[in-house]
Amino acid sequence: MLFLPIAAMLLKASTERPTRFWEIATSPLALAAYNVTFVTSLLAALLNGIFGTLIAWVLVRYNFPLKRLVDATVDLPFALPTSVAGLTLATVYSSNGWIGSLLAPLGIKVSFTRLGVGVAMIFISLPFVVRTVQPVLQDMEHDIEEAAWCLGASQWQTFWKVILPPLFPTILTGVALGFSRAVGEYGSTVIISSNTPYQDLIAPVLIFQRLEQYDYAGATVIGTVLLIISLVLLLAINFLQGWARRYETR
Amino acid sequence: MKRDNTGKQQSWVPGVLIGIAIAYLALVQYIPALNVFVQAFHKGIGPFLSNLTKADFLHAAWLTLLLAVITIPINTVFGLCAAWAISRHKFPGRAIVLSIIDLPFSISPVVAGLMIVLLYGRQGWFGPLLEAHNLKIVFAFPGMVLATAFVSMPFVAREVIPVLEEYGSDQEEAAKTLGANDWQIFWRVTLPSIRWGLLYGLILTNARAMGEFGAVSVVSGNIADQTQSLPLFVEEAYKQYETESAFSAAVLLGLLAVVTLVLKAILERRTRI
Repeated sequence: MLFLPIAAMLLKASTERPTRFWEIATSPLALAAYNVTFVTSLLAALLNGIFGTLIAWVLVRYNFPLKRLVDATVDLPFALPTSVAGLTLATVYSSNGWIGSLLAPLGIKVSFTRLGVGVAMIFISLPFVVRTVQPVLQDMEHDIEEAAWCLGASQWQTFWKVILPPLFPTILTGVALGFSRAVGEYGSTVIISSNTPYQDLIAPVLIFQRLEQYDYAGATVIGTVLLIISLVLLLAINFLQGWARRYETR
Repeated sequence: MKRDNTGKQQSWVPGVLIGIAIAYLALVQYIPALNVFVQAFHKGIGPFLSNLTKADFLHAAWLTLLLAVITIPINTVFGLCAAWAISRHKFPGRAIVLSIIDLPFSISPVVAGLMIVLLYGRQGWFGPLLEAHNLKIVFAFPGMVLATAFVSMPFVAREVIPVLEEYGSDQEEAAKTLGANDWQIFWRVTLPSIRWGLLYGLILTNARAMGEFGAVSVVSGNIADQTQSLPLFVEEAYKQYETESAFSAAVLLGLLAVVTLVLKAILERRTRI
């Protein structure tokens, strides 16, 4: 179920001559698709790194009305099918949608552009950051913060010098998890994007299009590139989690 | 109490932070979620209901239900076996196996679908064999089952492993010394202690199985009335400018998400106590 499919793909990819593999993997269209996929995912994940941490902080440290509801709905992107997410994001951010119509007079187009792809990626990767940071923040001792205040540190200093450093590996883990999900995302991005080559065509959509044209070699090569990148990300995430755990035992 | 002291120093800070958090969530999640329901019902309940009785839609809903009914038991059995093997045995490479179990989450769904096509498609490894026996997997329902099972595989194992590790094997060993056989131990000792974790895993498996789009869309060929599940129906309807029927179907899937979230919240509270 798990190994056979991966083996099938890697073997299929290895039947291509290396020069041909390289040629397909680095064709201008593929490079443009990687660029759109990875740069947009990274920006989305980093933005979520900031706001996701803020949301986790608010949920752990403050009390406010409807907090439980807010807490429960953070997982919405996990529960909502991606095509529904794409459908509603494309509508809300289109030039006559609720949010899109406010942005349109400013000359900002979201749906069917790369920005829209970014919005979809932000949507699906947000819970990864919040849910990774939240439990760690919950377990964090108040003692050191209080010690910092006693020593006369301002809230700002306490945050930057006491809270953030041990939290940092955890935030990075969340960002990496979100990034890895955003890179592979297909359902919501394919709907909100116009899928124009060199502009907002992402790598998973490129694979899909190659398959539709029965270009199995092309699909396999680009699929292998994505697979290798997800494996590398998985290793990186494991490493980050180890790093974060080292802080715990100290 | 101690927090109140600092709150007095800069009492506007929590308010502003909460405001930013809610505004961000609203832009990204709340407004789009609300939009699904408003769009589906803005012409009243009549058109909504008539959209829900079209043949294409009914078939898609039926397929989605069928996918969930088939993949959930498969993944439950696999998940329990994997969780038991990993948490009850110490073997070399255990850490690697643990992260490999998560692989279906980190692989792009499209790549997952592609793998299944390469394995079972006409030019795939098993292609000639399947063709000889007149079996069709890719661009047919069995392929959709495989794709769905693949992407929703890790949920059960992932939720059950930590619970099993926390409980340890003391109770199971006690049962064994008292003369229970393996089957009895599983049903009477292990299962009751992991039931909430298992249920949590099942809910997540169900949500993913019913909602999967990428992998299923690669494998199914997306033929209306034949291999179109509900999430595929939503995309297809949107592409055909039948926005209303897209949103009608989206509401059903949205309700699925709401039910999932509610059950999750209830379970989380239960396990915390």
